[in-house]
Amino acid sequence: MSATTSYIGKSVKRVEDKRFITGKGKYTDDIILAGMVHGAFVRSPHANAKIKKIDISKAKAMPGVIAIFTGADVAAINGVPCGWQVNFKNGDTMKEPKHPLLVADRTKHVGDPVAFIIAESREEAKDAIEMVSVDYEKLSCVTNPAEAVKPGAPLVHDDVPNNICFDWELGNPKSEVEEALSKASHVTTLDFVNQRLVPNAMEPRSYIGSYDETSDKYTLYTSTQNPHLIRLLMCAFVLGIPEHKVRVVGPDVGGGFGSKIYHYTEEALVTWCSKEIGRPIKWTSERAESFLLDAHGRDHVTKAEMGFDKDGKILALRVKTFANLGAYLSTFSTCVPTYLHGTLLQGLYTTPKINVDVTGVFTHTNAVDAYRGAGRPEATYILERLLDLSALEMNVDPTELRFKNFIPPFDGVKQPGYQTQVALQYDSGNYHGVLEKGLEILDYKNFRKQQKESAKNGKLLGVGFSTYIEACGIAPSAVVGSLGARAGLYEVGQVRVQPTGKVSVFTGSHSHGQGHETTFAQVVADKLGIPMEDVDIIHGDSDTVAFGMGTYGSRSLAVGGSAIVKSIEKIVEKGKKIAAHKLEASEQDIEFVDGKFTIKGTSKSLNFAEIALTAYVPHVYPADLEPGLDFSSFYDPKNFTYPFGCHIAVVEIDRETGKVDLKRFIAVDDVGNVINPMIVEGQIHGGVAQGMGQALLEGVEYDEDGQISNGSYMDYCMPRADDFPMFETASQVTPCPHNPLGVKGAGEAGCIGSTPAVVNAVIDALWSSGKKVKDIRMPLTPERVWKAMN
Amino acid sequence: MIPSSFSYQKVNSVAEAIKALSSGEAKILAGGHSLIPTMKLRLNSPSKLVDIGALAELRGIKESGAEIIIGAATTHQEIATNKIIQSKLPLFAQGGNSIGDVQVRNKGTIGGSLAHADPAADWAAIVLASDATIEVQGGKGTRKIKATGFFNGMFSTALQDDEIITAVHVPLAVGSKGSYAKFPQPASRFAIVGCAVMKMADGKVNIAFTGISNCAFRDQAAEKAISGKKIDASTIESASKAAVEGVNILSDHYASEKYRKHLAKVYLKRALLAVS
Ligand SMILES: Cc1cc2nc3c(=O)[nH]c(=O)nc-3n(C[C@H](O)[C@H](O)[C@H](O)COP(=O)(O)OP(=O)(O)OC[C@H]3O[C@@H](n4cnc5c(N)ncnc54)[C@H](O)[C@@H]3O)c2cc1C
Repeated sequence: MSATTSYIGKSVKRVEDKRFITGKGKYTDDIILAGMVHGAFVRSPHANAKIKKIDISKAKAMPGVIAIFTGADVAAINGVPCGWQVNFKNGDTMKEPKHPLLVADRTKHVGDPVAFIIAESREEAKDAIEMVSVDYEKLSCVTNPAEAVKPGAPLVHDDVPNNICFDWELGNPKSEVEEALSKASHVTTLDFVNQRLVPNAMEPRSYIGSYDETSDKYTLYTSTQNPHLIRLLMCAFVLGIPEHKVRVVGPDVGGGFGSKIYHYTEEALVTWCSKEIGRPIKWTSERAESFLLDAHGRDHVTKAEMGFDKDGKILALRVKTFANLGAYLSTFSTCVPTYLHGTLLQGLYTTPKINVDVTGVFTHTNAVDAYRGAGRPEATYILERLLDLSALEMNVDPTELRFKNFIPPFDGVKQPGYQTQVALQYDSGNYHGVLEKGLEILDYKNFRKQQKESAKNGKLLGVGFSTYIEACGIAPSAVVGSLGARAGLYEVGQVRVQPTGKVSVFTGSHSHGQGHETTFAQVVADKLGIPMEDVDIIHGDSDTVAFGMGTYGSRSLAVGGSAIVKSIEKIVEKGKKIAAHKLEASEQDIEFVDGKFTIKGTSKSLNFAEIALTAYVPHVYPADLEPGLDFSSFYDPKNFTYPFGCHIAVVEIDRETGKVDLKRFIAVDDVGNVINPMIVEGQIHGGVAQGMGQALLEGVEYDEDGQISNGSYMDYCMPRADDFPMFETASQVTPCPHNPLGVKGAGEAGCIGSTPAVVNAVIDALWSSGKKVKDIRMPLTPERVWKAMN
Repeated sequence: MIPSSFSYQKVNSVAEAIKALSSGEAKILAGGHSLIPTMKLRLNSPSKLVDIGALAELRGIKESGAEIIIGAATTHQEIATNKIIQSKLPLFAQGGNSIGDVQVRNKGTIGGSLAHADPAADWAAIVLASDATIEVQGGKGTRKIKATGFFNGMFSTALQDDEIITAVHVPLAVGSKGSYAKFPQPASRFAIVGCAVMKMADGKVNIAFTGISNCAFRDQAAEKAISGKKIDASTIESASKAAVEGVNILSDHYASEKYRKHLAKVYLKRALLAVS
């Protein structure tokens, strides 16, 4: 379409940053509606408690209080649904207890909502909380998934035996894996915890429900990653309101990392209550509530074994995981430890036998769902920890071990995709390439020398590797449907050319900070040969955008971008018809290059704006062609996309205190074609920081009462700029063979690859000093490392 | 994260502040960086805040005879970047710089930190090690309290309800040398262990710890082990051995009692090494 690209591949500055950096972004909490009132929740202080009595009379008499709803008031309303059905091995459907909007009888985790107070002001609502008296009978609780399945453990739901939501298995038969392991000359075994993380989006969740009596229509403003999906779930599954009577708006959203994908009880509640009381209601989460209640991430208890032959070839992998789901099922909680985790256990290796067995477990904790990476970081952690540890145990080089086991390069066009043992078919890859590049940047040989020398000076240096793959660009609807998804995973892109040739693009991909307004505009401008300033990207309003599945699973460009490209193709095709008519040429002779429709081999042409104007002022116009230039397309991907890369961490450990200092971090990522290198690099930086956060700093700690003992920024440590060296990033490009842009997705890669690299580096440092430690529990706090050394 | 309602009074003098304190459930507000967080969590719900943050008489640093006087409402940042402090009392510059992050340092005050008496506050160890005196003013007039007699326990001091800290007096001991070594909690950056050491010209060594017990304290056993001796590897080792023995040591999810104790000894060594 265009011979020269002037935007694609360039680090164009982000157009949205002007409003974000100057504080002009408009978030849900910035919206003030006429007559709006405010909500606040009475929440359970206990992890597991019977509600014996609840008395709201005093609170109701408090100044400003308009209404108070309790569990009894919403008992007839459905709970919020789970969007993915995972079956037991025996075919039974998973256990899916109701997740009510307000709890009436028994609270199941700290923070479970017991009453919703609506008052004229937020402060008055908050003051009234203390006046609601709830008589609880505190019961014992369980927070660890491996403990929760044991006989006699406290039950979260009385009708879910052993707290097991499902058990699930993927890969080769257990017997085959057992046999392969029994023949191995070396088996590495690793028992570990992939700890629970708090997503910590900068903007806390915020919702406004509003009901208009005259049109019988609701509007929900919500801090979400997918407004249409929220509308679908809330209307069809929870409130039973017809979808055309609900508008869902997701304005600017200040980060999500997955936690704003899900349909939360508070969204349905403000919507429903707005009709009950006849006024718009806003609820904005407090930071303390965010810690407690934004769906958490990870929380796996895992045992993994990897067997090798005498030459270091991997023979088999066996994984057993207890995945904590929390007390209730969040929207995608069930697919994360299964189809987004088990399916990635091939990694980059030719492992012939793999079996993964996952038990999904209810505990008295907040829900766990997809958090940046979602399942793939857990899978990568298993593989990459095993690879480095095996190398140490077998006394071979960790990089040689990888080269020996890598899947050979394939482009997915001349060579077919790679069929794994765990259901996926990789699209294209060159795994040797990223590791080679990483080693070059590291100057590996020199590093090992340096490591030996610094050991003499009392320093403890270590290097850790992680060569990861992930599956994103989620996902072919038919495939995910067959695996239990209760929704399709296509995307919608509408391109509306205005009569003057300016372009409005409506996308179902919702930006919560990723820079869609820039990246998508770069694509559209190049494909249409017009300046970026002529393109406007519109998203986030279910009344404006036809439909959408939203943003998660690093899918926006690969799926949402492809839908836009499809619409652009339709525009160009129609433009050619119009041009042919006006230029009195045959349609086949028209080519569209650099924004001009030209008769091939001549200088006779019409530019894009002239064609646009003709489409809307169709005086000289093909007889059988509709006026207008506006197309909408649905794009359903043919496969997942499979970015991969090599992350290398170098650490130094303070021998006296155990404190780990990250000295270098090298990230070589292959995310397919790159539209905006700066944005991709930014995503990698952020992801790496989060991944390092998991390795060294972050992690929810529950006490025996099910209380989070580090539920604030004074205790829960988020990574900060001064925790990092300058990142050394590089890229390799292996285009995706099955989408029109050849892109793979970059949103989660950094977070997926980095965590095991950092932990491996610490373990390497300890082994280099003779301490043959297999594992240190994440986060690797100074005390834990110190204990491992002493 | 929303406090109960309260009234706010900005006062023009210390006398006015003391008067305001005597009426009802009022509390002094200085930098607000300890008080406001507790109010947001509703752990503290004073009905009135008396703001002394802008009182000129409580701000600033001056040299007077053989001491340096730091106004109670002087911020951590002002102390850390002050020329007199940097040249004559570098221990205080080091201390100020080690607190939280720059936002905290720009708002928080030395008086507020001392009055709040967080078990992990940095100033506490530093005023103890430097033999400082805390000047307070109340309904009954002014008095001076030795730092060693100021801290009573967790969030507890010798201050009376109607008393305000007005200044910190630090003796300028010729030939002395101080150092502060801190292992911060990575989230809050409060001290897990903070060790302040002041070596006097006569060989006396003052050693104070914060973060490891209910309140900051002088470690007499460690002081005894090294005072009057040459500071070298072996005396450092024996001071470290003697340190924090018999002390009731805090423990939390981040640092156990055993680890804190170990860190105290390590950080004492580091502080001593810096003044050796
Ligand atoms: C994120 C964060 C990190 C921090 N990190 C550290 C750290 O690393 N090290 C550290 O030491 N501290 C740290 N702090 C605490 C900080 O230093 C506070 O500023 C200080 O503890 C209190 O000083 P303030 O001026 O803010 O006092 P306020 O919060 O205004 O007051 C604290 C208490 O002291 C009383 N008060 C205040 N001034 C006086 C006075 N002149 N006379 C009598 N009573 C008074 C108040 O009534 C109140 O009870 C941190 C705080 C935060 C928020």
